[in-house]
Amino acid sequence: MGEMQTKEQLTPEDFLDPLEIPPIVKGAMADSKPYPAAPEHQEKLGFPGELVDDWHDRAIAKLGELASKYRGLRVYLDSCVKCGACTDKCHYFLGTGDPNNMPVARQDLLRQVWRRHYTFAGKYFPWLVGAKDLTEELLDEWYSYFHQCSQCRRCSVYCPYGIDTAEVSMAAREIMDTIGKGQKYCNEIIGKVHTVGNNLGLQAKALKATLEELEEEIEDDTGVSVRLPLDEKGAEIMLVTPSADFFAEPHIDGLIGYAKVFHQAGASWTISSHASEAANFGMFIGSYENMRKMALRIREAALDLGVKRIIFGECGHAWRAAYSFLNTLAGPFDFLDQNYPIPQHICEYTYDLIQRGVLKFDKSRNDHIRLTFHDSCNVARASRMGDMPGGQFEIPRAILRAVCNHFYDMAPETIREATFCCGGGGGLLTDELMDVRTKGAQPRIRALKEVIEEHGVTHMAAICAICKTQFAKIFPAYGIPMDTIVSVHQMVSNAIILDGEVRDDDDDDAEDDES
Amino acid sequence: MAGVGMLVTTVYAILFYLATLILVAGVGYRIWVYARTPAPLKIPTTPAPVTRAGVVMRIVREVVLFESLFKANKWIWVFGWVFHAGLLLVLLRHVRYFQEPVWKLIALIQPFGIYAGFAMVAGLLGLWARRLFVPRIRYISGPSDHLMLALIVAIGLSGLAMRYLAPTDIVAVKAFFLGLMTFDWQPLPADPVLLIHLTLVAILMMIFPVSKLLHAPGLFFSPGRNQVDNPRERRHLAPWAAELEAAEGRGR
Repeated sequence: MGEMQTKEQLTPEDFLDPLEIPPIVKGAMADSKPYPAAPEHQEKLGFPGELVDDWHDRAIAKLGELASKYRGLRVYLDSCVKCGACTDKCHYFLGTGDPNNMPVARQDLLRQVWRRHYTFAGKYFPWLVGAKDLTEELLDEWYSYFHQCSQCRRCSVYCPYGIDTAEVSMAAREIMDTIGKGQKYCNEIIGKVHTVGNNLGLQAKALKATLEELEEEIEDDTGVSVRLPLDEKGAEIMLVTPSADFFAEPHIDGLIGYAKVFHQAGASWTISSHASEAANFGMFIGSYENMRKMALRIREAALDLGVKRIIFGECGHAWRAAYSFLNTLAGPFDFLDQNYPIPQHICEYTYDLIQRGVLKFDKSRNDHIRLTFHDSCNVARASRMGDMPGGQFEIPRAILRAVCNHFYDMAPETIREATFCCGGGGGLLTDELMDVRTKGAQPRIRALKEVIEEHGVTHMAAICAICKTQFAKIFPAYGIPMDTIVSVHQMVSNAIILDGEVRDDDDDDAEDDES
Repeated sequence: MAGVGMLVTTVYAILFYLATLILVAGVGYRIWVYARTPAPLKIPTTPAPVTRAGVVMRIVREVVLFESLFKANKWIWVFGWVFHAGLLLVLLRHVRYFQEPVWKLIALIQPFGIYAGFAMVAGLLGLWARRLFVPRIRYISGPSDHLMLALIVAIGLSGLAMRYLAPTDIVAVKAFFLGLMTFDWQPLPADPVLLIHLTLVAILMMIFPVSKLLHAPGLFFSPGRNQVDNPRERRHLAPWAAELEAAEGRGR
């Protein structure tokens, strides 16, 4: 049993309070910096290739421009009273103890410059209100610490004024891009989406081959011919999913799950090679224009294929970009079927089918799994599913309970709106940031270890491509097997009963199968 | 004596006209800036209300109960709430200096207003203690944060001092402020504690629009709290974003 294995690997010091506040260690993470974007990555996005000569003046001007274009930023820069409510809410602070990872201190890196140049008190009494000019050292700190924010919005839940550090860090990153100090990981990826259509730079041909392989795999496993169509004009539904679903584990098992659900529902659906990416890293760098350009690809693909509905696969920030922003960026979608939410989440789609009794499950096929669920930050705090506030918490759980007999939530202060980021969100999912990613995952890992200990939990499901990749990568550092992380639709895929299926006898969980 | 009294009256009359002007114009200007600045994207912190009425209730809970702060930290919440609730009662108690006859409600809360003065100072001292003794909060505190607490504590203590230690002629004080409102100046008693109290209040009024006290109007304009969660149902488009679309011929 997985239960005993994992228990043996854990030592008492593993069972620490996920919310435990570390002592302050100044400058602990000052050296954590992502690789800078190369000139070609910058220029593809309309940014200067390298740091411009008049970077100081341009940065100050951009800050003023952003504050006049974004009410949120403007109000957030003015309103903080330094009450301290947010100081122990960031996973990167809890994991590192670096005081600049306290949300208020992170905001202040930008706010002190705002004060110096745009407020009466900061212009005439800078020492009184901590106003500072933008120096090269400070710019360096921006680069460091605004790339230690995963824009997960946990702090904004607790701020008495709703000050959202995500908005502040997006603004800071946009300013840095504008003066030629961009981040390689995000900007290179955005360039690929603009030119090829997905984060991976996966061409249509390769995508087609991948999908065909998956079709074969499903047929081998089940004896049922389940299709994963690409660029089929006239399909009713277009699925837009993170490109990690096409190749990474456990993402791909989720994609297989969507395909089985569509198959069993008898839906006519397709993936688009033009919009083969749900992720929108334009959000991470705070660039409305880049975000919009990527969103418009989805509109173009939907028009071109003549679909009636758009459904998004499992991806956290992508669901925010879709649910909250797609209509704004690329709407109005009056050419789609107005009887369905535009866009719709795959979990909403599956949940609806479950409610209507369309899908049949053999839950015992998941009996070897004792499951918990990680709420992904952007789904939890920046979007919704279903008609009711909080549907984003209930719907995935309802699906998991429908397909799995053993489900246990982690500590209430670490899930739902209080959920912790996986540590790799917001454009930080790159190898050179592994240290901060590992440390930032600590609160979630501790909460997970609690349920491993208490309920013998063996797996944790997530609905975000970044979460899945991040956990698979950092679990081993915490002594947890990397395949502990699973997709929600992987669980659906395991349990769903396909019409005419043939169950393979040497399936490793066949002995647990009671059906 | 008459000359000094006249001088004090004149100085404080001008001071309070000025302070009122700065407060009203300054905060009014800020509100105008906030209202005019577009919010181009739907960014309510979810779960968020899906109706306008729900949003009004969310803001009311934030203003009255400090809901988010309660979730965050019970100590900051209790000190902060006691201070603000105390301040509200104290302010209401002071309304009597600006009206004749006095409203029934204002007359009714007079006794509570005194306790509220103590509560207010106690709350402030609690917040200040956290600023001094909790390392995280000490780290984020600047000179202005301490001075702001000192200023409001001094206002509270000087007010309480007039109630218990060095009473002033409140009938004359009331005549002074009623006179200010009708531009018919009446003499202000030249009691030191009163003058200190009034000076500090005038300073607070004047720094309001250029300080963190802007959190008061800010809350109402915070998109994380005041937006309705309905981006799929309703297209939300800022004027500058609409211009982007119009520029490439994709309008609406």
